[in-house]
Amino acid sequence: GTQVKDVVIKPEAPNTLLLDKHADYIAAYGSKKDDYEYTLSEYLRMSGIYWGLTVMDLMGQLSRMNREEIIEFIKSCQHDCGGISASTGHDPHLLYTLSAVQILSLYDSINVIDVDKVVDYVKGLQQEDGSFAGDKWGEIDTRFSFCAVATLALLGKLDVINMDKAVGFVLSCMNFDGGFGCRPGSESHAGQIYCCTGFLSITGQLHQVNADLLGWWLCERQLPSGGLNGRPEKLPDVCYSWWVLASLKIIGRIHWIDKAKLRSFILACQDEETGGFADRPGDMVDPFHTLFGVAGLSLLGDEQIKPVNPVFCMPEDVLQRIGLQPDFQPSNRGKLSSSTNDWHTV
Amino acid sequence: MCLFFYFRDRKEWADLEPVPQDDGPNPVVKIAYSEKFTDVFDMFRALLKNDEKSERAFALTAEAIELNAANYTVWHYRRVLLQALDKDLREEMKYITAIIEDQPKNYQVWHHRRMVVEWLNDPSEELQFVAEILSQDAKNYHAWQHRQWVMQEYKLWDGELEYVEELLEEDVRNNSAWNQRHFVISHTRGYSDSAILEREVQYTLKQIKKAPHNESAWNYLNGILQDGGLSSYPGLLEQVTELQDTCSSPYLTAFLVDLYEDALETNSSSYDQQETLNKALELCKLLAEEKDTIRREYWNYVSRSLQNTEYITDMLQV
Repeated sequence: GTQVKDVVIKPEAPNTLLLDKHADYIAAYGSKKDDYEYTLSEYLRMSGIYWGLTVMDLMGQLSRMNREEIIEFIKSCQHDCGGISASTGHDPHLLYTLSAVQILSLYDSINVIDVDKVVDYVKGLQQEDGSFAGDKWGEIDTRFSFCAVATLALLGKLDVINMDKAVGFVLSCMNFDGGFGCRPGSESHAGQIYCCTGFLSITGQLHQVNADLLGWWLCERQLPSGGLNGRPEKLPDVCYSWWVLASLKIIGRIHWIDKAKLRSFILACQDEETGGFADRPGDMVDPFHTLFGVAGLSLLGDEQIKPVNPVFCMPEDVLQRIGLQPDFQPSNRGKLSSSTNDWHTV
Repeated sequence: MCLFFYFRDRKEWADLEPVPQDDGPNPVVKIAYSEKFTDVFDMFRALLKNDEKSERAFALTAEAIELNAANYTVWHYRRVLLQALDKDLREEMKYITAIIEDQPKNYQVWHHRRMVVEWLNDPSEELQFVAEILSQDAKNYHAWQHRQWVMQEYKLWDGELEYVEELLEEDVRNNSAWNQRHFVISHTRGYSDSAILEREVQYTLKQIKKAPHNESAWNYLNGILQDGGLSSYPGLLEQVTELQDTCSSPYLTAFLVDLYEDALETNSSSYDQQETLNKALELCKLLAEEKDTIRREYWNYVSRSLQNTEYITDMLQV
């Protein structure tokens, strides 16, 4: 049979963008007196804050967040080794180190932490084969390769790592279908592909990607409902509107997605009552999916939202302020050369 | 939920001062925790603060994990204690087995298992265990990573191809299984062995006949033939064209386009270049306008590229 795994969007699903509701949702998140989910997610608090702040900034509502408190919080999360933890009383990790640096970049307050120690921490996580561990316990994943170079790029310190080996490792994770997994041989997955194309963009190596083959695999993620999945035969999820779309943008093939259909899927994932976005229509909302829904809409060109940078998932104006400019070539509609987004620090 | 004897009330814990959650100087957040959660994690923070390495600390990590298995700091601490207290790692394997069975989609639990396997240097239970987890969810990304790690680290390749075939029997659209097939063969006989390649081509075509609308199978077929080139593989065009009547799908059409494209790019003498170009353009139009309209931009791009390719080929011939 040809039953495609997909969702059906109900006619009564939201079809207009409810930005004010989303801003209210995020502003109030974590301030409810009775929130078990918030407690449970303490182990990722730094990323949670990054998601909330970024989406608020994209909506022009950053001023509603408590800047001073967040900066103090981040200071308290830097450990002696230089790494930053998800929250106080947690261990440092590359994931939360990146989130912290992203937040401080948004707030133009990077020097409240010891930047040199952060750089040392990141450098120290690079392995013999060029890969990066997430922390001292040694889990290897291309997500961490991305976290490492994104962190260093934001700090203007890409030169401290062994770039050739780092690139070599990521390229060794390229699969027969043009995609990337978490380690060599791992199944291609849109989240990992975002990390790898982001990595290759930052390191100026996008020409190593087979943009046509990967672009095809990525646009194949689009289902009849208009939503995107993360790998074949899986349900659509609004966060893949980010992972897939940003990857396509990075390799210059975002026009291969049916934008109107994707937009209507993303809008259908909103909750008209509570604000926020869920993974798919009708489910419970959370800040993670809210950021990626809004960021996806920005990439699709919604003018009510600030332009978002597809590599860093941060507002473009922040990156311009820092001086991280893409060496942007317009998406090439011919086949003879692949489009590249090469980053370098101005 | 049965009655819970709070740690703060237990006399063996009386020496510790529980450390409450600290959300910063002016917590925006005022949360009502469930009582048990508060009790356990306040005590956990107290232990961490004192860097206590004891049996009671070890026992508490299990309570904390039960409440929140995604809390990576608790797992770190448990590993530190496993080593400091020289705990029985076989018992730990039983423990982590139970946790993963309960919560198989969590990075920390799998990484913890990997560490224990490494410390024991014993992979003997792993393939069986992962197979069990995959029987509940055959696409669990963490499970597959663990399996690949075990196989590569300990060179356990035997029987894996058979296992993959079983999974594909159950669900021929399981993309993880197709990926695993590629993984096993690449690390053993390899695709440059022409007998292996032919076996794989025929196997894949057979699966396509069973379920024509199968992205994974077509991606696999394309992937293994990339190096050699689709248009030059003997008998392939005929076999795929034959499938058109009974097993048509956008993937089949797309594959033909790729094949024709390869013939044009390599300027293959086995193909009439003009006729091949016309066929390819016709198929792109069919896909863009009828069979795969959601990706019309891609198909229009392919059309344009094909025409450019022909132009370049013509130019070189002049």
